[in-house]
Amino acid sequence: METLILLLALFVLALFLGVELITKVPPTLHTPLMSGTNAISGITLVGALLAAGAEGSSLLVGGLGFAAVTLATINVVGGYLVTNRMLAMFKRK
Amino acid sequence: MIESTMHHWVSLAYLVAGVLFILGIKGLGKPKTAVRGNLLSALGMLLAVAVTLLDVVDFKLIAAGVAAGTVIGAVMALRIQMTSIPQMVALLNGFGGAASLTIAAAEYYGKVEGAVGHLDSAVGAVALPAGLFGAGFEGSVALVSIGLTVLIGAVTLTGSLVAFAKLQELLKGSFGLPGGPIGNGLLLLIGLGAVVVLVVAPGNLTAMLVIIGAALILGLFLVGPIGGADMPVVIALLNSYSGIAAALAGFILGNTVLIVAGSLVGTSGLILTQIMCVAMNRSLANVLFGKMAEGGETIDADEVYAGKVKSAQPEEIAMMLEMAKRVVIVPGYGMAMAQAQHAVRELMDSMEKRGIEVEFGIHPVAGRMPGHMNVLLAEAEVPYDKLVEMERINPTFEETDVVIVIGANDVTNPMARDAEGSPIYGMPILNVDKAKNVVVVKRSLSPGFAGLPNPLFAMDHTYMVYGDGKKAIIEMTSALNEA
Repeated sequence: METLILLLALFVLALFLGVELITKVPPTLHTPLMSGTNAISGITLVGALLAAGAEGSSLLVGGLGFAAVTLATINVVGGYLVTNRMLAMFKRK
Repeated sequence: MIESTMHHWVSLAYLVAGVLFILGIKGLGKPKTAVRGNLLSALGMLLAVAVTLLDVVDFKLIAAGVAAGTVIGAVMALRIQMTSIPQMVALLNGFGGAASLTIAAAEYYGKVEGAVGHLDSAVGAVALPAGLFGAGFEGSVALVSIGLTVLIGAVTLTGSLVAFAKLQELLKGSFGLPGGPIGNGLLLLIGLGAVVVLVVAPGNLTAMLVIIGAALILGLFLVGPIGGADMPVVIALLNSYSGIAAALAGFILGNTVLIVAGSLVGTSGLILTQIMCVAMNRSLANVLFGKMAEGGETIDADEVYAGKVKSAQPEEIAMMLEMAKRVVIVPGYGMAMAQAQHAVRELMDSMEKRGIEVEFGIHPVAGRMPGHMNVLLAEAEVPYDKLVEMERINPTFEETDVVIVIGANDVTNPMARDAEGSPIYGMPILNVDKAKNVVVVKRSLSPGFAGLPNPLFAMDHTYMVYGDGKKAIIEMTSALNEA
């Protein structure tokens, strides 16, 4: 129960922090912001690793874990690479 | 003891990863620090993944999944054209939702199989020991989290796939359920009802399948009716969903870094959604469920245009530009379609060589996602300090000699400002009609997404240049260079 409250507190505070951070991103960087947050949402890879890395899982659970790892890795690798590619193009005169 | 010390180190590493994500997004506050921010964020990801691997027992599936995901992700990221970035972001949103969906499902089925052994059938109900998902209230919270993660993840998956298909123009028409929002509402109720069943009777395998099925179908019909120009809102919203699903998955696993990262992504998507809605002067409900052209009398395009529209050749425009001191270029989705961003940059160079001041006026919803035009112009090596947002460029139009509108329509329509009762009335626009001369590069007089005629085209100081945007701009540039 206590853990749950702590997690909830973390969640709520992170939401407020998110608002503060995101409103400071200028419109010109909104596309890289979206692809960059795509990459961050690939943090589900952490959960996917735990799901796929458990010992002796069945075909069903193993398959779901494998799918989760693949999908989350696409987000992480694709998201960071494409964001980096875009941001490198933004140059001042 | 060793186990628990190890656990503390992992938690601390997650905290550091969370801080790196925050610093990463903070870096996006300025173009100058943005690249470093993205690298910090990636470093956080690397750290979180590395410490998680310490807990892993079996690496076979992981190695295969990471290898497959890396190849697919890298190929996508390195080969995608900048005009197609909205499609890629739509796909990534969908994959993010699907990842949360599969993690929650794996957690559920893993626990069930751990208790009752191999499942022969995915439907029906099995008897589970009490407290399998946690004791009392905590168990209920875990099941609610699993159910909602599956639900939101599945909606995000199919919704994003439809958005992708529309952006890629694989899917041209719109489709929806009879009753529109009512049909979608019913599907949502069925999904939520099944979540409740799952909480009450965790062994009810059918309920899990119903959640997955209802949510997958809901995603299709939620995005199905929404048209191309509303895609910026939809992509931002799905972005937010993928974050919320990740945060919920964090509650299932009791994992702090998932909660922090997921909340950041969730708020980012919501704020962008809000910005897009304000820029269209429409509520989110109106974008999702409404029809844009409803209300307001239909305006006859012939009446607006008849005998008043002047067309000009690129060479004539070049002569006009020769005399100009200040020019503003207003790009829209049509510039992306025509792949004209490089041609536009060359025209800018040629004007600047003559000492003409050139800036770009960017409407927040120009293009198919927030910031789409900025990325295209950055790709064409237009310096970012020349890309001026709507609030700052609007007061300058009166001192602007020529505005070149390329591939934009509704965001320049003066009816949004002047014609009370028009469907787009109240939408903030770029006041290009205040400039001394307006040049509109466009294929024809066909209406934009709002289906309305644009009185700007019929104004005395407006010149239409018909044809392919890229070709027209290149012709203007060469005529200007020869002059």
